[in-house]
This record gives sequence, C-alpha cells and structure tokens, in this order.
Amino acid sequence: MEILLAVMIGTLYAAGIYMILRRSLVKLIIGIILLGNGANLLIFLLGRIAKGAPPIIPEDSKVFLEAYSDPLPQALILTAIVISFGLQSFAIVLVKRAHKVVKTDDLDEMNATDEYS
Amino acid sequence: MIEQLVIYPLVIQMLLAIVLMFFWSRIKWQRVISIIGSVVNLGMAVWLFVLVWQNGTQSIQAGNWEAPFGITFVADTFAATLVLLTSIAGLAVSSFSAGSVISARLKFGFFPIYHFLLLGLNGAFLTGDIFNLYVWFEIIIITSFVLLTIGGEKAQLEGAVKYFTLNILASIIFLTAIAVLYGLTGSLNMADLASKVAAVENRTLVQVNALLFLVGFGIKSALFPLYFWLPASYHTPPSAVSAIFGGLLTKVGVYALIRVFTLIFEVDPFLENVLLAVAVLTLFSGAVGAIVQNNIRKIFSYLVICHIGYMIAGLGMMTEVAITGAIFYLIHDIMVKTNLFMVSGVIYKIKANHNIRKLGDLYAEYPKLSLLFAVPLFSLVGVPPLSGFWPKLSLISEGWNTENFTVIAAILFASFITLVVIVKLWGEVFWKTGEKLPEVRNFPYFNKLSKVKRTQMLAPIIFLTLVTLYLGFGAGNIQNLAERIAFELMDNQEYINTVLRK
Amino acid sequence: MKTIILRTASNYMLPLLLVFSVFILLRGHYLPGGGFVGGLIASIAFVLHAFANGLEDTRKLIRFHPGFLMPAGLTVSFLSGISPIIFANKPLMTGLWYPHHLPIVGNLGSALFFDIGVFLVVVGVTLTIIFTISESA
Repeated sequence: MEILLAVMIGTLYAAGIYMILRRSLVKLIIGIILLGNGANLLIFLLGRIAKGAPPIIPEDSKVFLEAYSDPLPQALILTAIVISFGLQSFAIVLVKRAHKVVKTDDLDEMNATDEYS
Repeated sequence: MIEQLVIYPLVIQMLLAIVLMFFWSRIKWQRVISIIGSVVNLGMAVWLFVLVWQNGTQSIQAGNWEAPFGITFVADTFAATLVLLTSIAGLAVSSFSAGSVISARLKFGFFPIYHFLLLGLNGAFLTGDIFNLYVWFEIIIITSFVLLTIGGEKAQLEGAVKYFTLNILASIIFLTAIAVLYGLTGSLNMADLASKVAAVENRTLVQVNALLFLVGFGIKSALFPLYFWLPASYHTPPSAVSAIFGGLLTKVGVYALIRVFTLIFEVDPFLENVLLAVAVLTLFSGAVGAIVQNNIRKIFSYLVICHIGYMIAGLGMMTEVAITGAIFYLIHDIMVKTNLFMVSGVIYKIKANHNIRKLGDLYAEYPKLSLLFAVPLFSLVGVPPLSGFWPKLSLISEGWNTENFTVIAAILFASFITLVVIVKLWGEVFWKTGEKLPEVRNFPYFNKLSKVKRTQMLAPIIFLTLVTLYLGFGAGNIQNLAERIAFELMDNQEYINTVLRK
Repeated sequence: MKTIILRTASNYMLPLLLVFSVFILLRGHYLPGGGFVGGLIASIAFVLHAFANGLEDTRKLIRFHPGFLMPAGLTVSFLSGISPIIFANKPLMTGLWYPHHLPIVGNLGSALFFDIGVFLVVVGVTLTIIFTISESA
C-alpha cells in the first residue's frame, strides 16, 4: 500500500509540474490541482497508514491500549482540500476573465506587465 | 485571564470584516467603519505590546486543548511588535484607500476583504502552530488575489495570473514541507518541534526539509531567484493595495523564515552559506532592477526585493547582533515601504502618470508635499539620522566580525544603488521641468478632489512619516527592542516554556 | 437539460436533499458528517434544481441573494467561537455544553452552532460561485 501510494504521489507531482510548465492557462490550473492532490496524499502517507485501528479509547480505560491510526492527517487534509477548493474556483474564474480580456490563453503572450516602459 | 489579549487582534479584525460584509453596498458606511475599527485595533495591538513588553511571552491554547495537541497562539516580543506594525500600517492604508480608491472598485467588497487580509497577517504573526501558519498564509493569499484583481483591468489580470501561480506553488511546497516534517516528528506545534527536530536521526532529510521551507517562504518573500512574480504584479492594482502588499506581504515570508530557522531548524554552515549567497544575489539583482526602471511603482517593487536582502543577510549570519540588525530593518522597512507606495499613489493622482521620464515640476507646484515625501524617500536610503541608517550599521559591523566581506560589499552596493535610484527619482519627479502632460478625461485629479478625500490621503502619509522619524531619532529605543527580540529568538527557551507550560 | 423527468424528479429531490443535509449536519458531532458536508449537500440540491428548471427559477425560489448567507453564517460561527471568552473566560473556541440531554439533537454545545455557521457559509459560497460562473457562461 505504501509503495503504491508513493508511486502515485510521485506521478501526481511529476504530472503537475509538467502541466505547470506548459504554456496554456487551462493546463496551468490542471497542474496546480494535480500538485495539490499530490501534497494531500503525501500528508496521508506520512501520517502512517494503520488499517482498522480507530483512535478510540475503550470505555474502561484512560489511555490507548494498542497502536491506533493517527486522526490528525485527515483533519489536515480536509483543511487543505477546503482551501484548495476555494483557490481553484477562484483560479477558474480568474483564468476565464483573463482569457476574455487578454484574448489569449498562451502564457507567453501575457507579458505586458513585464515589459520595459 | 490576561492571556486572552493575545487573541484580541484576530477577534477585532474578524468582527470588522463580518460587520463590513453586512454593509456590502453602502460604501460610505464602510469607509467610516473601517477607519474606526482600525483605530480600535491599533489600541488593542498597543495594549498587547505593552503587556508582552512588561510580562514577557504570553500564550493561549485555542479550544483549551493542552499544547502540543491544540493550536497555540503565542505573542512573544517579535510577534507583538509585528502585530503592532501591522495595525499601524493597516490604519494608514485603511484611511488611504477610503480617500484614493474609486467607489466603483470599493463596491466589490474591498474593505471586508482588506480586513480579512489583516486578519490573516495578524494570525500568521501570532500562531504557534506550523499548520495553522499555512492556513493563515492561505487566507493572506486568497484575499490578496481578490484585492489584486478588483477592477479587472487587463494589466491587473495578467499580473494576477503570475502572482497566483507562483504563490500557489509556494503554498504547495510549504504544505509538502509540513507533510515531511509531520512524518518525521509527529508534531505540528512549533515549540514542540524545536526539541523533536533536534532529536531526529535522519539529518539529511531534516536538511532537505529545511530547504523545502526555504524555497516555500523564499517565493513568498521574493528572494533571488524566486522573485519574478513581484515586479510583474505589484504595480498593477490601486496604490492603496500596493502599499499594504509592498509593506507587509513579503515581510510575512521573512517573518516565517526567521521564526522557522531560529526556532525549529538549526542553521548549519551549509544553510548559512545558502542564505548568505541568496541575500547577496537578492541585494544585487533588486538594486540593478530598480535602476533601469522608469515606472515609479516598478522602481519601488524592485527596491522591495532589494531590501529583503538585508534581512536575509542578517538571518544568514545568525549571530545576535546580525539578527538585531535584521529585525530593526524589518521594522523600518514595513513603515517606509507602505508609505512610499502611498506617496506614489498621491503622485499618480496629481499627474495621472507613473513614468518618471514624463513627470516633473512637483516641487514647484507642491513644495510642502514634496518636503513631506522627501522624508520616507531618504530614510529608505538610510541618510543618517533617518531610520534606514541604524540597522545597516549593525549588519555591516557584524559582517566585519564574522568576516563575511562579500555581504558587506553587497550591502554597501545596494545602499549606494538605492541612493542613486532615489536621487534620480527626486531629480526627475520633483526638480525637473516636466513636459506638459495631456489632460486625462474623467480622471479624479488631486486638486479636484474634495477636502475630506485629500485629508484621508495625506493624513496617513504624515502619520507614517512621523513614525519613520521616530524610528530614526528614537533609534535607541528601537535598538533596545530589536536587541530584546534577537535575544529571545536566539535563546528560545522562554518561548518553548511558555507554550508547553513547563 | 430541461427534460421532464429531471424536472419532476428535482421538485421532489429538493426538499428531500435539504432534509438530508440537515440530518448530516446534526449527526456530525460523533459520526461522519458535519457542517461542511451538509452545506455541500444543500447546495447540490439547489444546483440540481437550477439544472432542471433554469437559474431564474432557482433564484426566485431562494428569494434573497445567496451571498447574504456568508456574513450570516460567519456571524453564527464567530459568536460561537468567542462565546467562551465572553461567558466562561476560557480560551477561544473552548466547547461550552448545555448540561441536559435534548431529544433529536442530543447534547447541545457551542460546537453545533459553529457547524451551523459553517453550513450557512458553505451554502452561500458554493451557490454564489456556481451562480456567478453559470451566469456569465
């Protein structure tokens, strides 16, 4: 499971970076989404995967009796997902507006603000 | 519970933002509420600062969960100082935007978003939890995207695409770094991490992780070679927005760098060399970039980059005196850069142009204003006894003691180029006899604005100029403050003990 | 997509999904669920209605601008967040609990109000985003 996840995270990062390096605006956003998913999976993997061991203390005890899966990574991932949800919807609107105003989706042609004046 | 005070700057900003959202389309009310609220917030920040100054570091656990399990908010002297500076700059920019930003833009929720931005800044300074820091960073960037694109002009959207891409990339790198750190130590509380990271056996991974943090925060604080988003975007939004961006956004990155590398990671010789090399190159490239530009706000954008180099140089030398210099410079830079972008806004309102080749005559037309503008311009250069001079003194003397002569050379070079740039700007904009600029139709020229608006624009500049003058003439007090912050950063035991309640 | 099947179905689905979203909201404290998921389900209900009947009908159905839910929800969450500071002099977001067991809801605490606020904000944000995007498309 760990190896499968590691390979998947690597693929997601690689694909995301490749997409970001393309010139099209839409591919840029796809790249960002892939990278964000890769990072979320990385948190999930690094929080140690323990199957079938919920972090619940038995009723007649005060501490955990055996190894348990860490609930924190899931909270972190949920937060990160919510944040990236907001960012991505903003990105889509931004790209749409930019495409309408600048009339191109080629990043190489979006250089008016870098030009020397 | 007097520690409750730590959270008040956040509560006030949040409350302000919510109240302002209810007044979504009533711009007049928004202006008044924003300014009054900022004054209240400034009062809170002063109170917090005095408390921390007298009683030492304060911390509070959100949700009453004990550290290191809950989210901690910590106000040490460093954080309290930065919250105070944020409140001062926030009040100034709030008043300035009430006067200068046209109502067509204010209608899209400028003020609520602006106060969410300040909430994010205060949160980033006060939090003691690394993942919480990430969340505050995200609040900062989401709100800054909105402020950057309000109005939707072509240049704004183009700049926003670049700003957006690189800042999201920085966030993802930051998140990756947090994931690795959590995998290594199983903790997110910064005070707890301090001891746990030191105990990790896999030093290579720790070093790689430190570099990930360096790259993530480096993009946000516009270090060489990661700064290209900054001059591409900072000159596009209204000047009020540029002012808060130029004054505070990159400085949050610097704050995070200083915090992470003094508290969590030990700076080994390799990292020290990386930081110093980056600082030297940042100083060099920012200075060279500033000298060739003609757009007044692009000049200031490159100067923002250039002067980040001083703080990183101080961090890279990693001695108490060097950090003192870096902290003093940080304090000075926040005040002056905010002020300078507002000055550029007033110049634009007077002349309807940003190109220094075309501007001119300002001294002949507005002699009093020009003298006012001269103070921030020349304290940026560091003409003694103005505020930019004193921190450079600490930095250079410490560079001499630690035998980092390249750093001294870079600091002197950058100061010299800044002087050249500012003198050129002064000559071109204020003294030169400019060409006759064509009248722009429907442009809200400065002399046609109502008296209230003009006061709203000039009062913050006067206010920040007075603060800058105090930083220069009261340099002894600020030096004391910076020394105390540097001492607390180098000897982080008080921070850790306060958070973990030992 | 104005097929008669979808339109008829969506009329029944809307109240059903809304009730379901409230159910998810309430069970969220001890079981999977909560304000965020509940809010998404509620907004899905309205989005489905908008797909079937057109945006204008949905707007008429909601009556006010969904953006208004954002400050309203934020206020509820904010108040529940600072209530421990005001009432109990405890740190921000400490859970305050009503001591007795209530029918249907279970134990009543400030966390529930926080979740209700999140619910409202999520509905407001999602609907504003989707309405804005589909309006200008």
